[in-house]
This record gives sequence, C-alpha cells and structure tokens, in this order.
Amino acid sequence: MANPSAVCNGHLHHHHHQKQNNLLKSGVCKKNGITKGMKKNGVSNGTPHKKTFIEHFEQAPMYVTVFTFFGFGVGVIFGYIRDFMRAWGLEKRHIAQEREQQKDFVPLYQDFEDFYTRNLYMRIRDNWNRPICSVPGPQFDMIERVTDDYNWTFRFTGRIIKNVINMGSYNYLGFAETDPNALKTVTKELQKYGTGICSSRQEMGTLDKHVELENLVATFLGVEDAMVFGMGFATNSMNIPALVGKGCLILSDELNHTSLVLGARLSGATIRIFKHNNMQSLENLLREAIIYGQPRSHRAWRKIIILVEGIYSMEGSIVRLPEIVSLKKKYKAYLYLDEAHSIGAVGATGRGVVEYFGMSPDDVDVLMGTFTKSFGASGGYIAGKKGLVDFLRTHSHSAVYATSMCSPVAEQIIRAIKCLMGLDGTTQGLQRVRQLGKNTRYFRRRLHEMGFIIYGNDDSPVVPLLLYMPGKIGAFVRLMLEKNIGVVVVGFPATPITESRARFCVSAAHTREMLDTVLNALDELGDFLNLKYSRYSKSSHPELYEDTRCEFED
Amino acid sequence: MDIKRVKDYIYWLYYQYLLITCSYVLEPWEQSMFHTITVTVFAMVVYTAYVFVPIHIRLAFEFFSQIFGGQPDSTV
Repeated sequence: MANPSAVCNGHLHHHHHQKQNNLLKSGVCKKNGITKGMKKNGVSNGTPHKKTFIEHFEQAPMYVTVFTFFGFGVGVIFGYIRDFMRAWGLEKRHIAQEREQQKDFVPLYQDFEDFYTRNLYMRIRDNWNRPICSVPGPQFDMIERVTDDYNWTFRFTGRIIKNVINMGSYNYLGFAETDPNALKTVTKELQKYGTGICSSRQEMGTLDKHVELENLVATFLGVEDAMVFGMGFATNSMNIPALVGKGCLILSDELNHTSLVLGARLSGATIRIFKHNNMQSLENLLREAIIYGQPRSHRAWRKIIILVEGIYSMEGSIVRLPEIVSLKKKYKAYLYLDEAHSIGAVGATGRGVVEYFGMSPDDVDVLMGTFTKSFGASGGYIAGKKGLVDFLRTHSHSAVYATSMCSPVAEQIIRAIKCLMGLDGTTQGLQRVRQLGKNTRYFRRRLHEMGFIIYGNDDSPVVPLLLYMPGKIGAFVRLMLEKNIGVVVVGFPATPITESRARFCVSAAHTREMLDTVLNALDELGDFLNLKYSRYSKSSHPELYEDTRCEFED
Repeated sequence: MDIKRVKDYIYWLYYQYLLITCSYVLEPWEQSMFHTITVTVFAMVVYTAYVFVPIHIRLAFEFFSQIFGGQPDSTV
C-alpha cells in the first residue's frame, strides 16, 4: 500500500532537528466523497515546503444511521410513557420541583425542556462525572460507585479501582505528575507564596511570577508579549468582548468551543458561521461582508475577525492555517487562534499549529491558548503584539476583575515551558513531544487497521471513535471500565445526534504496553459490540509499515 | 464445548439486538414490555408471510407467464 513515488513530502523546515514525515499516509486510501484525501496546503508565506494534510470523516453505512434513529425513537417513546406515569402519579418524581405554595407561579423548572436529560441521559448517567482519587496521569484510581435506583442517586461502595488506564485526560505531554523531583520548584513557590492571591490583577494581584511567566510564554511562542489569566474558559469569554464590539463582524467556525461562542455573543458583534474548516465557505462570507457591509446601513464593518481553533476537540481536526492566513491577508481581516488543545501537542517542538505548518507567529493576530491541557496546570494566555497585550491589560474584564493565577500553578507552567524549551538542561521536553507524536501515529494507525471509524487529522492526539447508536454508548464505557480502562464518551448535545463518539486523548506518558492493552481491549470490544463500521480498513501487516517508513534529513 | 459456543453466539445475537434497539438502557420492566411488543410484531410478520407470500408468488408467476408464454399460443 505504500506508494513512495506519489509522495508530497512534508518535512518541516526547522533548524533544530529532523522530522519524520508521514510517507506512508500520503496518497494511499481514497476515502469516500466527504473525506479529504491527500491534500497540499497552499504555499505558506514563502517557505518552500508543503505538508501532507490528511483528515478522515468517513460516513457510516446507512443501516447504522437508521438503527441510531430507531434507537433514539425507542428512547423517546419510553420517555413519553415514563413522563406520563410521573405526571399521573404512578411513579415517584425524582427531579427538582416547585414548592406547593408556588405551584401557581411562573414555573421555575421547565419540565418539558429537560425531556432529553430526564429520560435519555439519566439512564446512562453513571458513565459521566466519575470521581477519581489520584493524579490524572497515564493511570489513575477511580472510586467505585453503584446506583440502586437507576442512576438517580449514587453511593460509594468504599472500594477504589486502582490503576485504570487513563484515555480521557488532556494530559498530552504527561506533565500531570506527582514526582517530587519534578515538582521541586513548585513546592518551593508554594512555601514562599502560599496558595491564594486574594486580589485581581489590576489591584494587587500581579506577582513577579506572573511577569516571569508572561515573558517566558512570549519567548516560547516567538511573539512580542503575552498575558496570562487564571481560567482558560474565562480567557476566551472575557477577552473577545474587549477586542470586538457592535459594528464588528465575527466569522466563527461551525464547531467552535462554547467559550468562543459565549465570548462572541457577549461582545455584541454580528456573528456569521462558516462550515467547519471549509475555506470556500469562509471566502464567500468574507467577500459578502466586504461587498455588502453592515446589514442595514451598508457601511464598512469596523473590523472583521475570524475565530478558529488549532485542534477541534470533538473532531480531532486541525485548522487549515496557511489557507486562512492567506485569506485574511487578502481581505484584511484579523485572526484569533485558540490553541487550547494544540499548544504543546503538535508542532516539532510543541509550539502549536503555527509551528506545525511552518508559519511565523506574526501571521496570527491574536494567539490564545490554555495551560490546562499540555502543561498540567490551569489558566490561559493571550499573546501577540505588544500593543494588543497592553490594550488587553487595561480593557479586558478578566484582567481587571478576575482573580489572578496562583503562584504554584504559575511555577508549574514555568517549569513545563522551560522543560519544553530545553532551558532546564535536559532534552526531556523534546522527548515528550516526540513520544506524543509517536504514540498518536501508532494509536491512530492501529485503530484504522482494525476497522473503526476515526475522525480527524492523522497528527492530532485527540482521537474520536464513532459509536453512533445510543445503546452502545453506555455499554462501551462500562465494558471498558471492567477491563480497567477509563474512557470519555460524548453524546447528543455536544455532538450531532447520530454521531456519538468515544474520545481518546493520547498522552506522551502512555507507554507502548499501555497503548497495546487499550488497543487489544478495543479490538475485543469492537467485535463484541460490533463497532467496526469502516469500509476502508487498511491491511493488517504492521511489520510492513514499520520497515518502509523513511526519514528525511533536513 | 460446541454447545457453549452456540450459547455464546446466541447470547451475542441477543446482546446485539438489545444494543441496536436501544433497549439495553431500559429498566427491566420496560424491557419486558418492549420484548413483548417486538415478539408480537415479529410473530405477526412471520405468520402473514407464511400465509400470504406463497399465494402471491404463485399468482405473480401465473400473471407473468401469461404475458410471455401466452403470446405464442394466441398467434397459433
């Protein structure tokens, strides 16, 4: 299946080390019409190299969709029956209810709107919100809980399930660790500063640690200045209103995260949605916006800003950055890139999608990211030109009012970034990035070979495995837990109704044995639950793949 | 050994039926209700097929053979 002659190689132009390129993935399978085969990105700003960009979004066979709808239909019918029984008193009501004296008031709890939660989500609710009692590293301990009344209430049995393999935490580089050696500086900071800041940034909450951290983040990303915030979600939702207002236009991707959507709505600007990662749709919107201007007055828009994410966490797809940057330059719009999942996880040295595509960080106007995922801490940052960051320091709600990041967390980020940049004298950071890349490619390749339907780009550590039918969601998680593997599944409100999925997050801390355990379990479960829907499974000769993989020296 | 395999296979088929129709998530009494309805509908389908399908096939066969086979008879 390898086709060396049809290669459109991509090795990143990058002065430190060579990069393995995905020779094998290029040009092999043509998926059906919806998916992208081998694609080249446009020339990225004068740098003379192209990157293979392979994403899969295979559609399931028709009978799967039919059964999914049928399953939901059965759930809905029984939901109505149960609601009827509850309304007529044949069954006890477990949900929140008004007090007797307030029965005639305007209802506080709207009964019908929670139909889905009450009747479908409740039945399989035991698969979410499972409490863990250890650090969420590559393995964790989970508290066992059982339910006596079909998931309305839970109780702990007192037993702890030990060493469950963690395939759900966003621990991409494995920095969620308790090794005292690694956390030496963090403990020192904890003893020096304590835990609380007790103030917002503007009043008395700016520590020297924050200044050090901001300088380090700016150096790491290659920009002029950066600012850090205490919470990743609040970074998006509180800073977009500071950057845009009424009379501005926001072009936001279909599948953007709730924090971006919330920030966009709070800002009061006009929002237009373009199809996910679809450059024709974006270009059409841009042209329309510039030609027709604002809705009634037809004046020019004050500014046009494009909101995209580096890696979309529900699809595992990577943004087409070179094309968006060329569009933005052509139509003079601004670009806001949310690298929550991609910072630290993609790119040859972990600097995110900007480095992954070999572009310069000056091309993106606002670089935003979070420290929750790859750095094992919490909080977010916004980086860019000095003028932008200075503006945000005074005008952002989060900067002015929200509590600032506490000192041990800031120190954890500092040590993680120093490790990644190699400033602590070891190559551990680079090794982690490499290990993550290897784990990602291995995991995805094996899953494709087994015949599962996997979404997303071949280089993204977020791996959604499609389950489709509502009955299989609960069965999948429970059976995986019996095999001592913890997974996260997502269903209807977060994903389209027919496409419920299990989302795996590969980590650099996973060893090959752990991944093999998970893959064997998936193989077994795939046969038992009948999840192998793919019509394009590749050949199952892994030895052949390894031998023909080539590496190019830079 | 073979009996065990057959039993496992039948259990697997039953499990697939539960998953596909989403009756896996229902409580036991709801499952019983659902199974009763499904079995009833399925039994009715089988009965109707048994009673009516052979007759329909025979009539269809006669109808088509009249169209094709009937012509040489009428010209002669």
